[in-house]
Amino acid sequence: MANLKDLSKKREGLVGGHRLCAGCGEGIAVRQVLLAAPRPLVCAVATGCLEVSTTVYPYTSWNCSLIHTAFENAAATLSGVETAFEALKARGKVEKDFHFIAFGGDGGTYDIGLQALSGALERGHRLLYVCLDNGAYMNTGIQRSGATPLGAWTTTTPVGKKEPGKLGWRKNLTAIAAAHNGTYVAQASISHWKDLTQKVEKAMAFDGPSFINVLTPCPRGWRTKEAQTVRIARLAVETCYWPLFEVENGKWQVNFQPREKKPVEEWLKLQGRFKHLFKEENQPLREKIQNYVDAEWEKLLALSSL
Amino acid sequence: MTARKKVAAITANVACAYAMRQINPDVVPAYPITPQTTIMEEFSTYVADGIVNTRLVRVESEHSAMSAAIGASAAGARVMTATSSQGLALMWEMLYIASALRLPIVMQNVNRALSAPINIHCDHSDSMGARDSGWIQLFSENAQEAYDNTIQAVKIAEDMRVRLPAMVLYDGFIVSHAIDRVELLDDQVVKDFVGEFKPVYPLLDEENPVTVGPFDSLNGYYFEFRRMQEEVMKRAKGVIVKVGEDFRRISGRSYGLFESYQTEDANYILIVIGSAAGTARVAIDSLRQQGIKVGLLKLRVFRPFPFEEIAKTLSSAKAVAVLDRSLSPGSQGGPVFQEVCSALYSLESRPAIVNYIYGLGGRDIEPAHFFKVVADLEDLAEQGSKESIVKYLNLRE
Repeated sequence: MANLKDLSKKREGLVGGHRLCAGCGEGIAVRQVLLAAPRPLVCAVATGCLEVSTTVYPYTSWNCSLIHTAFENAAATLSGVETAFEALKARGKVEKDFHFIAFGGDGGTYDIGLQALSGALERGHRLLYVCLDNGAYMNTGIQRSGATPLGAWTTTTPVGKKEPGKLGWRKNLTAIAAAHNGTYVAQASISHWKDLTQKVEKAMAFDGPSFINVLTPCPRGWRTKEAQTVRIARLAVETCYWPLFEVENGKWQVNFQPREKKPVEEWLKLQGRFKHLFKEENQPLREKIQNYVDAEWEKLLALSSL
Repeated sequence: MTARKKVAAITANVACAYAMRQINPDVVPAYPITPQTTIMEEFSTYVADGIVNTRLVRVESEHSAMSAAIGASAAGARVMTATSSQGLALMWEMLYIASALRLPIVMQNVNRALSAPINIHCDHSDSMGARDSGWIQLFSENAQEAYDNTIQAVKIAEDMRVRLPAMVLYDGFIVSHAIDRVELLDDQVVKDFVGEFKPVYPLLDEENPVTVGPFDSLNGYYFEFRRMQEEVMKRAKGVIVKVGEDFRRISGRSYGLFESYQTEDANYILIVIGSAAGTARVAIDSLRQQGIKVGLLKLRVFRPFPFEEIAKTLSSAKAVAVLDRSLSPGSQGGPVFQEVCSALYSLESRPAIVNYIYGLGGRDIEPAHFFKVVADLEDLAEQGSKESIVKYLNLRE
C-alpha cells in the first residue's frame, strides 16, 4: 500500500490546464485514483463535467489513453476495450498487461448508466468503475438524479410553496453493485485519501469487476465554499451520511466508524442547497433525513457483523 | 485443374456466421433480436468449440453492443456484430458515434420492420432510418450476397482511404431464414482477402496514449469533422468498386454499385433492393417474352449512393419505377425514390418516374404486382408525365 510520499512522486494521471471549477471534488478524486492505479492504463469516461472539462479539443488532460463515447455507457464502452485487450493479448498483438478504469458521475451511473454498469459487473470484466457522486446532474446545471438526497434543492426539485426540494430518499447504488456476485465493491471519499487509494489498489488487483462509489462535493451544486470541499466530504463521512465500507466477495466490512457520530445537521448546515431545511416548518424533514441516515448506518453495521 | 467449389444449402444467417468464423474477428459484442438471433447462435457454437479466437461479449442491450464494439475497435481490435429493427433503433445514437470516430466495425442488420405495432417481418425501415448515420450500407438479395458482402465489407471498411463502419443488409426471414444455395470460399482465401487488422491510433498503446471522443466547443471543429466524413464516404464508392473487383478474382462473382439486368435497351426500368429483385427478374423475363423492353436495376450500395452511375443507367429509359420497402411519413415517396429523383434532377431529359411502396411488415410481393407496375409505366411513358407519383403495392385499400 503506497504512502503519501510514494504517491507524491508518481506521475500525475490528470494534468492541469483543464476546465473543472475551483474546488471541484471530481478532479481531486480522479487524481487520487490515477495515482493509485497501476500502468499501463486505459480509462473510459461518461459525458459529464469531468469529460467536457478535461478533453477540450485539441487538448487533453489525460496522461493515459481515454475514451468517451456517450453518457450512459462508460461501463459498456470499457467492457469492449477490456475484451479487446484480452483478445489481442491472447493473439500476441499486445504485450503489456493493461488495466481499465471507467469514470462516471452519479447521473451517468445511478440512472441512465445503471444498465451498462450492471451488465459489466455481471459479465465479470476485469475493470474498475469509479462513480463520482455529487448527487445531481451537475454538468447540465444541477438537476436531480437518483443519488440526490431528500430535501436537497436542485433546479428540477426547487424549493417552492408546495415542495421543499427533493421528495424521496436516494438510491443505494453501492448496495446494488454489491448484489452482483464475484465483485469487489467499496464506498470511499476524497477526504480519506488513504482509504480511497487502498481501495483502488485492491480493486485493480481483484480478479474480476470492481466498483467504487466516491463522494465528490460540488461547490456549485451544493452551494458551498470552494475551499471547503474536502472538509465537507469529511463531515459527510463523520455524520455517517456517506459511510466508508467494502464488500469483498459478499462480505460487508465498515472501514471507518467515527469516534463520535455527529448529527447530519452539521453537514447539512454548511450547504446552501439545504438552507431551507433550517426553517422552523422543515424540522420534520431534517428529522426524516437523520432517520434515513441512522437506519442505513445500522443496517450497514448489521451487515458488517455477519 | 479447378478446385471443386464448396456449396452448401444454408440460410443467410448461417452463411454470415460462417463468414464471421472465417474472418475470425477479435471481438463480437452482440444482443439477440429476431431475425438476427440465429447468426449469433451459430457463431456461439464456434466460440464454444474453440474454433475461433473471437471473444463474444453477450451484452445486456444493443446500445451496449455498439458501445462495446466502439470501445473494442478503438482499442485496436477487429470487431463485428449484428442486429435488426428495434435493436438498430436502440443503438441509433451509437451508430453516429462509431462512424464519426472512424471505426471500421462491420455489422449485419437483418432488415425488419420497426414497431409499432410489433412486426418481426421484413421491410427496410430500420436501416433506412440510419441512412444519415455515416455507415456504409450494402444490400444483399440472397444468402450468397449476404455471405459475399460480409467478407467484402471488412475489406471496404478497413481500407485506409475509408475507415468507416459498414452494415450488410438483407431481408429478414425471406433471406435470413430461408435455405438457399451458397458457394463458400476456402478459409485461407477469406483470411488472405481480409488480411490482418491494422489499428489506427489504438487505445492500447502505452507509448502513444490517445483521447478518443473529446469535447468540441463552440469555436471547435465539428463542422470540419463532418465535412471530412462526407468526403471519405464519397471515396468509399471507389473502394467498394475496387474491392468488388478483388472479390471477383477470388470467387468468380462480380460485385459493383448495382446490378443491371437487361437495362441497356430497356424502355422501362425497375429499381429494386433486396429479395424482391428476384421476383422482379422472373416478371421481367416473362414480360420480355411478350416483347416489352423492361430491365432491372438492383441497387446494392445505398450509402454512398451512386448518383452519377444511376442517372447514367436511367437516362435512356422512358419510365422508371422505384420500389421502396419503407416510407417516410410527410415526405414525397420513400428514401430510394428521393435519392433517385435527386440523381435524375440534373439530367437534360429525364424519364417519367413513379414510386411504389411495397412489402411493409413483410407483406408479400409477386410477379403479378410487377406486371401491374410495368403496365403503369407504359401508360406513364405515353402521357409523358413529370409528376412525382407515389403508389402502393398489395396494400389493403
